[in-house]
Amino acid sequence: MIIRISDDALARALGADELAAAFARKGHEVQRVSSWGMQWLEPLIEIDGKGFGPATLEDVDDILDGGASEIAVGEIEKHPFIAKQQRLTFARAGKTRPLSLEDYEATGGWSGLRRARQIGSEQILAEVTQSGLRGRGGAGFPAGIKWQTVARAQGAQKYIVCNADEGDSGTFADRMLMEGDPFLLIEGMAIAGEAVGADKGYVYIRSEYPDAIAKMEKAIELSAGLVAPFELEVRVGAGAYVCGEETSLLNSLEGKRGEVRAKPPLPAIEGLFGKPTAVNNVLTLAAVPHIVAEGGASAYEQLGLARSKGTMPIQLAGNIKHGGLYETAFGVTLGELVNEIGGGTESGRPVKAVQVGGPLGAYIHPDDFGIRFDYEEYTAADALIGHGGITVFDDTADMGHMARFAMEFCAAESCGKCTPCRIGAVRGVEIIDRIRAGGRTPDHVERMDVMHNAPRHGRSQEQEIGLLTDLCETMKFGSLCALGGFTPFPVMSALKHWPEDFTGKAAAQAEAAE
Amino acid sequence: MSTKEQKIGEIVAEHHRREGALLPVLHAVQAEFGCVDADSEALVAKGLNLSRADVHGVVSFYHDFHDQPDLRPVVQVCRAEACKARGVEQIIDQATSAAGDRVKVQTVYCLGLCSSGPSARVGDRLYARLDGPALAEIIENA
Repeated sequence: MIIRISDDALARALGADELAAAFARKGHEVQRVSSWGMQWLEPLIEIDGKGFGPATLEDVDDILDGGASEIAVGEIEKHPFIAKQQRLTFARAGKTRPLSLEDYEATGGWSGLRRARQIGSEQILAEVTQSGLRGRGGAGFPAGIKWQTVARAQGAQKYIVCNADEGDSGTFADRMLMEGDPFLLIEGMAIAGEAVGADKGYVYIRSEYPDAIAKMEKAIELSAGLVAPFELEVRVGAGAYVCGEETSLLNSLEGKRGEVRAKPPLPAIEGLFGKPTAVNNVLTLAAVPHIVAEGGASAYEQLGLARSKGTMPIQLAGNIKHGGLYETAFGVTLGELVNEIGGGTESGRPVKAVQVGGPLGAYIHPDDFGIRFDYEEYTAADALIGHGGITVFDDTADMGHMARFAMEFCAAESCGKCTPCRIGAVRGVEIIDRIRAGGRTPDHVERMDVMHNAPRHGRSQEQEIGLLTDLCETMKFGSLCALGGFTPFPVMSALKHWPEDFTGKAAAQAEAAE
Repeated sequence: MSTKEQKIGEIVAEHHRREGALLPVLHAVQAEFGCVDADSEALVAKGLNLSRADVHGVVSFYHDFHDQPDLRPVVQVCRAEACKARGVEQIIDQATSAAGDRVKVQTVYCLGLCSSGPSARVGDRLYARLDGPALAEIIENA
């Protein structure tokens, strides 16, 4: 019997290796495949298309004897979570062995690159532009336009840089793609190289992803002959969240401190080592082979709504019953994602808040669940879709604490180059503490007779809230990059929807206990 | 020539032809010695023809590089939003007391297992869906 078990990092963290060994000991052939993305069922055992999960070592005999009905999930492809998706980027998820060139080729691999080499640079650029593909890292910049800029820029040496520094909490699509379908990313980068005239590419992966690093390195080695003369190299980050920002990432690749650069010049014109560079997210590059395949661009363009075209691999995370990867066309509402697809909270308690787009994304109240997944619709609501991560919180969450954490995180991860972020984040933590403590009394300097203009009565809670709002405005408009610029989103959205978590008695007690 | 000098010389020789070689070199030094101390900084700087200030700036910027070795076993625990939503803050005290002075419990922001937290990492081994006792057990076995 052939037993299929994922070798994705999450499945391994939950004991997939031990299960694989147990099945092998019983004399069965075990195939390590990519993950289907139904993470609440991991480790998921697949036999003849039927799934069992989450499986433990005690279940091995039962599964083999045709029992284990309590963990049987039936035919995996017909499971509503999988059947309702529109998987383009993750079309191979669960189906192929990640490092098998044979499996990749048999499922249409390299056809995008072959066609790209036939049609040439101009036609690739035209098709990627036509598809409407936008940067999946968060900024949503049209990929075709970026590539055109790099292609038209002067320079003997150009680079493709893949941003795989997926630091946002609540996101794991890049990791899953690199671990599950690494050749797809390689093919996408080779096509990008063909389009802009670059013969060297770097994949910058965060050091927190050891499995993804190993898989990408192996995949690059295996496919080197197929993508030549295009060359690829993995570079490992060193634990700095801010290196997910493209200019900071470029500095890090150059072997410098990961400080943000002022733009202009755009990386497309003066990027890595001052050379024209296309910096794209993993998911952007991985969408390209499908787009460049015959008729792919118009098929992609027909999905989605308004200016958000194609599909988005959405990641359901946090306190959610059915967490995992859900790829679908833009336009799905947040309510559908959280309540229908995700099945509500895992704890069974009511949903209190949902953070979309990682640590810099806004907290959205269940009253606003009608919002559709679309770059512009989120921007209009003072929110962002970011990298497509959705983190669900139940009613035990303390939103004042989460707002404070957003500032604390910004202070810990700030690169230090611009003042609003470096100092603003520290002051933000202090102000939130004071709001939660109910305002503050005047300090000894303010009480001095010479301080004519100092307030005599300290600051009330409302005044502190005004100060926080003001600080957030400054950070939003004065920061160099999205770290300082977007930290106000979680803070202000928490303050707007759950003011009682900042001002209530409970908040004061919670802070006193900390 | 001290062993450190020799080893760093080898590391530099292995990487120096790469573009932007400093980070790969520092990763190798950190893995070899458990830290990048002032002596190593000076040797790396000399090897790559950089100033010591440049190298120190880079070492001090990144969380992965340390200026002195910590011989304790390290257990990384994710305390970012998704793991907070799944209750990591309620089990962290138990983890810290299980660790005592013997194990270093290091906070990290995100191991990419966000639907199944709380999660932890020891070396290259990951753990997910942890509760208080499970995390304490990992710490005790670290």
